[in-house]
Amino acid sequence: MKFTISLLLIALLSFVSCLYLPWWAIGPAAFIVTVCIHQKPLKAFLAGFLALFMLWGALAWWISSRNEHLLAQKVSLLIIQSPRIILLILLTALIGALIGGLAALAGSFLRRAIGLKKEEELSVPHGNEPMRGAEFGNQAG
Amino acid sequence: MRYVPFLITTLVTIALIILFNSTLLLPAPLGKILSPQHGIWQNAEPADQDYNEQVSIPGLKAAAEVYIDDRLVPHVFAQNAEDVYFIQGYLHAKFRLWQMEFQTHVAAGRLCEVLGDEVNGNNLLNAVDRQFRRLGMGYAAEKALEESEKDAETKAEMDAYTAGINAWISRLPESQLPIEYKLLGYKPEPWTNLKSSLFLKYMSLDLAGSEDDFEYTNARTVFGWEDFQKLFPTSQDSLDPILPKGTLFEQAGLALKIPVDADSLYFQRKDSTAITQTKPDRDNGSNNWAVAGSKTKSGAPILCNDPHLGLNLPSLWFEMQLSGPGYNAYGATFPGAPAVVIGFNDSCAFGFTNAMRDVRDYYEIRFRDESRKEYFFNGEWQPTEFRYERIRIKGKPDFVDTVAYTLFGPVMYDTTYDGKRNTGGRNYSVRWKAHDKGNALKMFTLLNRARNYDDYYSALQYLDVPGQNCLFASKAGDIAIWNQGSFPAKWARQGDFIMPGTDSSYMWQGTIPQAENPHEVNPERGFISSANQYPVDPSVYPYFLGGSYPPYRGITINRHLSSMSDITAQDMMKMQTDNYNVFAEMARPLLTKYIQTGALSEAEKKCYDILRSWNLRNDPDERGATVFVLTWDSLETEVFSDEYAQTDLTLPWPHESTLLEILLKDSAFRFIENINTPETETTASVITAAFKKAAAKYIQLESSDDFLWWDFKNTGIMHLARIPSFSSVHLPIGGGQHIINATKSDHGPSWRMIVHLSRETEAYGIYPGGQSGNPGSRYYDDYVEDWVKGSYKKLWMMKKEQAADKRIKWIMTFNKGA
Repeated sequence: MKFTISLLLIALLSFVSCLYLPWWAIGPAAFIVTVCIHQKPLKAFLAGFLALFMLWGALAWWISSRNEHLLAQKVSLLIIQSPRIILLILLTALIGALIGGLAALAGSFLRRAIGLKKEEELSVPHGNEPMRGAEFGNQAG
Repeated sequence: MRYVPFLITTLVTIALIILFNSTLLLPAPLGKILSPQHGIWQNAEPADQDYNEQVSIPGLKAAAEVYIDDRLVPHVFAQNAEDVYFIQGYLHAKFRLWQMEFQTHVAAGRLCEVLGDEVNGNNLLNAVDRQFRRLGMGYAAEKALEESEKDAETKAEMDAYTAGINAWISRLPESQLPIEYKLLGYKPEPWTNLKSSLFLKYMSLDLAGSEDDFEYTNARTVFGWEDFQKLFPTSQDSLDPILPKGTLFEQAGLALKIPVDADSLYFQRKDSTAITQTKPDRDNGSNNWAVAGSKTKSGAPILCNDPHLGLNLPSLWFEMQLSGPGYNAYGATFPGAPAVVIGFNDSCAFGFTNAMRDVRDYYEIRFRDESRKEYFFNGEWQPTEFRYERIRIKGKPDFVDTVAYTLFGPVMYDTTYDGKRNTGGRNYSVRWKAHDKGNALKMFTLLNRARNYDDYYSALQYLDVPGQNCLFASKAGDIAIWNQGSFPAKWARQGDFIMPGTDSSYMWQGTIPQAENPHEVNPERGFISSANQYPVDPSVYPYFLGGSYPPYRGITINRHLSSMSDITAQDMMKMQTDNYNVFAEMARPLLTKYIQTGALSEAEKKCYDILRSWNLRNDPDERGATVFVLTWDSLETEVFSDEYAQTDLTLPWPHESTLLEILLKDSAFRFIENINTPETETTASVITAAFKKAAAKYIQLESSDDFLWWDFKNTGIMHLARIPSFSSVHLPIGGGQHIINATKSDHGPSWRMIVHLSRETEAYGIYPGGQSGNPGSRYYDDYVEDWVKGSYKKLWMMKKEQAADKRIKWIMTFNKGA
């Protein structure tokens, strides 16, 4: 559930911020969402990756089909030397996904690091359980 | 330590963003380009794009409407002339912004700024930017603009047009930038009147910048004066000039003095230079003709025009109707300049062909020393002026070109610039008519409003460069042509070679008076035509014409028009797309007369039969046209290549008409002899050898299935930035050089127009492109197929009451905004 919510939130925030900001706003968008909603690194990566893969893939496909794929054909010949527009859509989705996934991963790592710190601070009065913090992230997932 | 994974992933993410946002490692910033909300996907406009729009702009004087029809042709209805041009600018920018700016960047010598200084191994800095700067394109545009802006009316029109473009640019979000900006990675800058002026100078260069002075100078030296005159004559036997032979001319109004030392210092001079230039296509030319009511079925005149220019996408032309008080013009416009350029209004129609006159000459300059600060002229050292050309280069520091100006003009070639060609340390200043003050734009705005011959005549007075054959026909029944422009009055062969620039004796001595420019009004034969041939019989015209003049299209056109009667617009369409080859009609008998059939192999004989039985038409599926062109090219090589190989100098190639006419009358032409062989060649042996080589090529083509004329000719319309997938290539169209349908591989009829000036104007037109400049639009190249087939679109001069007509698909309303 948390995974689905963060996936949707990443997609939503990416879409909205790209209305006003440069394309790479998808990075900060995925990052912010995973800082706020903490998940295990792998899951965070997947949420960011899939969110942008689907967002960019779907947007590209939707825009292109309304255009009857006229431009996509010309541009894929130019950029990937292939008339197969699906490859151009996949490439688009993949670039978004890579940035989204990595930024989400970074967010998750930051959250874990902050969490660790809090845990340490919290754990000081209780004494010697510094290692528990390492599990904190996992439990949160 | 616990922040390490975060830091590493963050760094990797940022690195990837930078990678996808730049061209550090990738050929293009793929993230930026492929982002569905920013990049190229945003240019994929819906197939059912809605062009309805309500525009509120402070720059407008009043409300206006634009009705856009099913071919995406805008019909502009405004309440005053300035708003007409404002909206024209807005629409040009809306549909063609990238090309407008790109073309003016080229004209200004700013290509390196956009593309970098090297593209596919071509040095753009030396070959393009510096050449344009040193030719003084910017200087010319500034001078013309200064003159245009002195005219309050022209200034207001240009200002309005510029404001309209900028209104569009200022509303353009980055996501909606034309795709070329995204792919090449730059952004549009504000438009200025200077850019419009630059665009017009670009056309001047295209149409009045292809003389062969350097090459002719070399040829005179290599072959000697006698042979030179034979190879590069100043008339033709087959000539059928624009004003028929027999037209009489008064004595020259200007008495010209040939320099006393011309014989030794000019005609017989042994001088050479290794300069070669990037030049406009020699076939930049056109057809136009008008028939009087006496020759038409309806009794009303018909005017036809098809300008032959480089074929590109987006097209040079944009179709529009411009309507305002006292103003209702329709036709082809230049994105980049106000007004309709080739078109018609409610009273008349106008069209142009290039006058081909030589208005650009070179003078050799003697500088006092390396500093180029002084040059020798009329016995004294004169100071030069310097113009500093700062060329920005993408990814590199700026390059500053310091160009010296003499009273002739800019010193284009000197020790600081030879375009990687050896000038032997000599300096050449260019004298070009396009550097003189002028307001050529005003001709178009006046023609748009012209009601009769007198209006047309006064409009013409503004055309200085490029000189044109300006054709006119009116509903009142008049037809007329003026070979118009500001033409230097020259003595015979003046300016064909580089001239001495150390005194005033070789300078142009004046401009041909207006009344002496060749013209014809309502001739008895009932038609007027021009196809870039000599405007007059050069042996009777009192001034030297210079330039080069292809004779054959004119012959075909006049032959058609003299024999035709009861002409309809449909007849004109057939004629405008005619593929008959009159050059071949004259050349084939020469070939068949001399080819020694006994010396041919079986396969060669088959080729010979193809040539002999060919119907002389360059229709797409003809094989004979392929054999003929191969044979003629092979013959030229066979005749001239041995003599031409003697030197490394760049030499001009004689015109087809010259070789043909020599061989038809002179069986002992010196160049027939191959200087590299011991045998004595004859016309028959040379033509036979040429045919055998051509046949070998043809047989090879047959095996690769490229032997049909269209396949062999391979016509394509390339995108301006040479992006193959944005181009329309390998089109099954006939025609070619010397043919009315002058479609060559990348050059041809860029706008075909037929206007029947009946009570209700009946007009047709088409151009090889489409109204939208966006490769993602279905209107990008939607006319190409019909253009290839030779079909036309009906040009609809809309009346405002017809707003409900079903052809109107969209309406843009313009309001004066706050």
